[in-house]
Amino acid sequence: MFYREAGDFKTRYADDAQSFPIAFDRYRYYAVMVLALGVVPFIVNDYWANAVLLPFLIWSVAAIGLNILTGYCGQVSLGTGGFMAVGAFACYKLMTAFPGLNIGIVVLLSGGVTAGVGVLFGLPSLRIKGFYLAVATLAAQFFLVWLFNRVPWFYNYSASGQISAPERTVFGVPVTGPNTDAWATYLFCLVFLIGAAWLARNLTRGAVGRSWMAIRDMDIAAEIIGVNPLRAKLTAFMVSSFLVGIAGALFFSVYLGAVEVGEAFGIQKSFLVLFMVIIGGLGSIFGSMAGAAFMVLLPVFLKNLLVGGLGWDTALAAHFELVIVGGLIIFFLIVEPHGLARLWELAKEKLRLWPFPH
Amino acid sequence: MPDQVFFALEVMVNGLMVGVMYALVALGFVLIFKASGIFNYAQGVMALFAALTLVGIQQGQVPFAHLINAIFGTDIHHFGWQVPALLAIVLTVLVMIGLAVLIERIVLKHLVNQEPIILFMATIGLAYFLEGVGDLMWGSDIKVMDVGLPQGISDSIDRATFDWFGYGFFIDRLDIAASIIAALLVAALIVFSQYTREGRALRAVADDHQAALSVGISLRFIWVLVWSIAGFVALVAGIMWGAKSGVQFSLSLIALKALPVLMLGGFTSIPGAIVGGLIIGMGEKLFEFIVGPLVGGATENWFAYVLALLFLVFRPQGLFGEKIIERV
Repeated sequence: MFYREAGDFKTRYADDAQSFPIAFDRYRYYAVMVLALGVVPFIVNDYWANAVLLPFLIWSVAAIGLNILTGYCGQVSLGTGGFMAVGAFACYKLMTAFPGLNIGIVVLLSGGVTAGVGVLFGLPSLRIKGFYLAVATLAAQFFLVWLFNRVPWFYNYSASGQISAPERTVFGVPVTGPNTDAWATYLFCLVFLIGAAWLARNLTRGAVGRSWMAIRDMDIAAEIIGVNPLRAKLTAFMVSSFLVGIAGALFFSVYLGAVEVGEAFGIQKSFLVLFMVIIGGLGSIFGSMAGAAFMVLLPVFLKNLLVGGLGWDTALAAHFELVIVGGLIIFFLIVEPHGLARLWELAKEKLRLWPFPH
Repeated sequence: MPDQVFFALEVMVNGLMVGVMYALVALGFVLIFKASGIFNYAQGVMALFAALTLVGIQQGQVPFAHLINAIFGTDIHHFGWQVPALLAIVLTVLVMIGLAVLIERIVLKHLVNQEPIILFMATIGLAYFLEGVGDLMWGSDIKVMDVGLPQGISDSIDRATFDWFGYGFFIDRLDIAASIIAALLVAALIVFSQYTREGRALRAVADDHQAALSVGISLRFIWVLVWSIAGFVALVAGIMWGAKSGVQFSLSLIALKALPVLMLGGFTSIPGAIVGGLIIGMGEKLFEFIVGPLVGGATENWFAYVLALLFLVFRPQGLFGEKIIERV
C-alpha cells in the first residue's frame, strides 16, 4: 500500500538515476539518517556504544570494503585482517609523527596507505584465480602481521610491542584516547560508515562498478568486450583496501585504543569479515551492514542468554557459541545462499503487492 | 665438511620431516577437492576433533560432561575405564565415518550445484561447529596423546651419523615413525584407488561427475566414502601432531599451513601434496635457519605463503595441478 512505484512520477533523468527511486525507500532512508545522526547520539551510553554500536559501525566499513572486492569483483580475499592491521599501524605512525594533524585526516590517510599495500598484494590476482588467490591473500595476512610484530619501527620501539592511541580531538571533542564520550566516538565512526556506504554505492553503479561486475561474472568474456582486467582488479583492490584500512584505523584508534597486532588483527578477523559479507549478501551494501550487525549482535545475544540467563560459565558458553555460529552459517547457506540482502529483497517484493497479492 | 654445513643438513632433514606432517593434512584436502570440488577448510579441525575423540575414548571421558554438568548440576567426568589404544583408534574411525555420513546428510546434500565459494564457506561454518562440538564433548584443556608411538631423539641415528661423518644428527623418532606411517598411508590410498571397485568409482567421480553419474555410480555414496577417508587421514594427522605437540586448539591451525602446500603441489594432485609438503617443510626451516636471524626470526609464520604466492605467479596451476584451460 505504501511501498509502491505507482504515482511516483519521474520528471528528470536525475530522478531516474537516484539511489532510492521508490519514495517509501527514500523516506525510510531519511528516517534512518535522522535516527542515527539526531536521536541515537543523545541516548547512547557507554555499554551500547562499546558492545554494539562501535563494533557494528567499524565492521560495517570493513564488510563494505571486502564486499567490493569479493561481492562485486569476485576476488576472494582472506587478507582482511592484515589490511586492517596496515590501517591501524599507519594510523598510529601518522598520529605520533604529526601530532597536529586532524584525526579525521589521519584516518583517511591510513586508508590511502592501505590502498597502496592492497594494490601491491592485488597484483598476483592477475595471474592467480579462485581459491588459489584466496590462499595467496593469506600470504598478505601472515606476512603483514609478522611484519608489524617484528619490526620495532612500526610500534615506535615500545617495550611491550603494543601500540596505543594518544588523545586526539575533533572540534575540541576527544574521539581517541582514554577520555572519550560515547556519543563522540559513535558519531565519528558513523560519519565514516556513511561516507563508505556513499562511496561504495556510487562507485558500484558507475562505470568502474560495472567493470568489476563484468570481471566477476566472467573475466575472459569481460576482457574480450574491452574491460581492462588489470585496471578493474587493481581498482577493486584499491577501493576495498582503502575502506578496510579505514576500518582498521578506527578499530585501533577509536574502539580499542591499544592493540597487540597478532591478537587484534589475526586470521580470525579475516574470516569474521568474510562471514559478514556472505551472511549479509555478496554484492550488496545493505547486506554488508546487515551481516555486520548480525555477527556483532549474535555473540552479545548468546553471551547474555547463556551466561546471564542460564548461568553457564563463560568457557562453556564460548564453546557453545562456536557451535551456534557454525551451525547458523551452514543453516544460512542452505536456506538462503544469497544472504540477508536477498531476504530483504524478497520482503520488499512482497510488500509491493501487500495487501492485495493478486 | 664443516659443522655449519652439517647443521644446515640437519635442519633440512628435520624440515623434510615437518613437511611430511604438512603433507598428511594436505592429503585430506586433495582427496575431498578431487572427488567433490569442495575446498574443505574443516580438514584441520577434523584432525583436531579426531585427536580429541581418540584421547577422550582412550581415557574413558564422558562425552559432553561439562554440558551435562552445567545443565543438570551433576558432577561426572570419567566412566572410570581405560580403552586400549588400538580399540580406541577403531572407535574413532567409526566416529569419523559417522561424521562423514552426517556431513553428507545435513550439509552437502542441500548444497549440490552451489558455487564453490558457498561450499567453501559452508566448510568454514563446519570448522567452527566441529571445533565447538569437540570442545563441548571433551573439554578444551590440553591433552596428551599416547598411543605408543616412539618418542625422543633417536640415539642410533645420532651415533651412526657421528661415526660416519663426525657429526651426530638429532632426529626425532616420532618424525621417523610419522614418515613411515605417511608412506604406508599413501601406498594404501594408491592401492585402494587403483585396485578396488570403490576406488575406481572414486577416480571416475574425480574425473567427471556427470559421466560417473551416468554410468551408475552413486555420487552420495562416493561423497560419504571420500569424507570418511579424509576423516581417517585427519585422524592419522591428528595422532601425529597430537603426539608431537599435545592435543589442543593450535592443532586446527596446521590446516592453514597445509594450504600453501596445496597451492605449490596443485589442488588436484596427491603426489603434489607430498612433494609440496616436503618443499614447504624444508624451505621454511632452511629460510628460518639462514635468513631468520637477520630479520628477527619467526619467519615460519609467513614463508610458506609467500613462497607459494611467488611460485603461483609463474605457474598458476601449481607443480602437478591440471592445466587450467579457460573458455568463454
